[in-house]
Amino acid sequence: MQAIQLFSITGSIIIYLSIIELIRRGMLKERYSLLWLFTTALILLLSLWRGLLDKAAGLVGIAYAPSLLFLVIFIFLLLIVLHFSVVLSDLSEKNKTLAQDVALLKASLEGGNAIKKDRN
Amino acid sequence: MDKVLIIMPAFNEAANIGKVISAIKSAVPYADILVVNDGSKDSTGRIAREQGVKVVDLPYNLGIGAAMQSGYRYADAMGYDIAVQVDSDGQHPADQIGDLLRPIAGQRADVVIGSRFLGKGEYVPSLARNIGIKVFSWAVSVITQQRVTDPTSGFRSANREVIRFYSRSYPEDYPEVEAIVLLHKAGFNIEEVPVRMEARTGGKSSITPVRAVYYMIKVLLAVFIDLLKVVERGK
Repeated sequence: MQAIQLFSITGSIIIYLSIIELIRRGMLKERYSLLWLFTTALILLLSLWRGLLDKAAGLVGIAYAPSLLFLVIFIFLLLIVLHFSVVLSDLSEKNKTLAQDVALLKASLEGGNAIKKDRN
Repeated sequence: MDKVLIIMPAFNEAANIGKVISAIKSAVPYADILVVNDGSKDSTGRIAREQGVKVVDLPYNLGIGAAMQSGYRYADAMGYDIAVQVDSDGQHPADQIGDLLRPIAGQRADVVIGSRFLGKGEYVPSLARNIGIKVFSWAVSVITQQRVTDPTSGFRSANREVIRFYSRSYPEDYPEVEAIVLLHKAGFNIEEVPVRMEARTGGKSSITPVRAVYYMIKVLLAVFIDLLKVVERGK
């Protein structure tokens, strides 16, 4: 077993356990952990099963097989950052609506009824 | 008689807002006035309340687009027929509001934009601003297939349907130019009327040539993204 293989096996096991621990303590929502768990599992699989890694690397034309791991990690990071941007956009829209609701409700307490119906 | 609401978004406008409100009150006494206080640090909200107008205090600074949308949401919830957006800094003269109301009241247009470039008043923009306005005017005219001379003007009026459309979604980043594109996509009738505007009294414009170009590119990008958006007119 090469050092790089040992390194990636240990690395992915540590990340996997950390994610599970974060979910267990309620610090990471399941919804956001799926992509993490899936990718870590994939990296672990590729680290353990050297034959699969070599085959997959050969298929996409990568000479040095372990660099396929970097490619997988890179694609994953790209996806998760994109996912964050989507979540952030959604949150900021909801935050804006909430701020407006609070302001309109406060104004209606001063007199009149500013909000008569919900918007979703 | 149509129920008319004047929406005045205000951010740190304590110096001007009192005068502006009293001018509007005497020019259009039949209209209600709503000040959307966008997290001002000064006494904007207190001064507006002393004038007896309705004030919505946003909990923190949400920016012009979200502030304007708050006004439209209020107008929608309270059942106003026409909403007019007027700046709190005094650059939109109260005696011009009537001109913005007429095409809506006469049902010739869904939304009316007050333009500085249709022969009324003698507003002369700085060179950088002028180039920017010309470029937006060209882009918006091509997109909407009608002549739009003053796409950055924030002096506008809207009928009930547009109020509802705005209250559901209103552009945030560069709302004036973007709103025209979105309104066009939703199939609303847009009309420009000539208006006179005052030069800014307080504060100085922060536009430098580099910033002007940067701003222009950002707005154009936002407009192109708007073209990709799914826009529903609703009912």
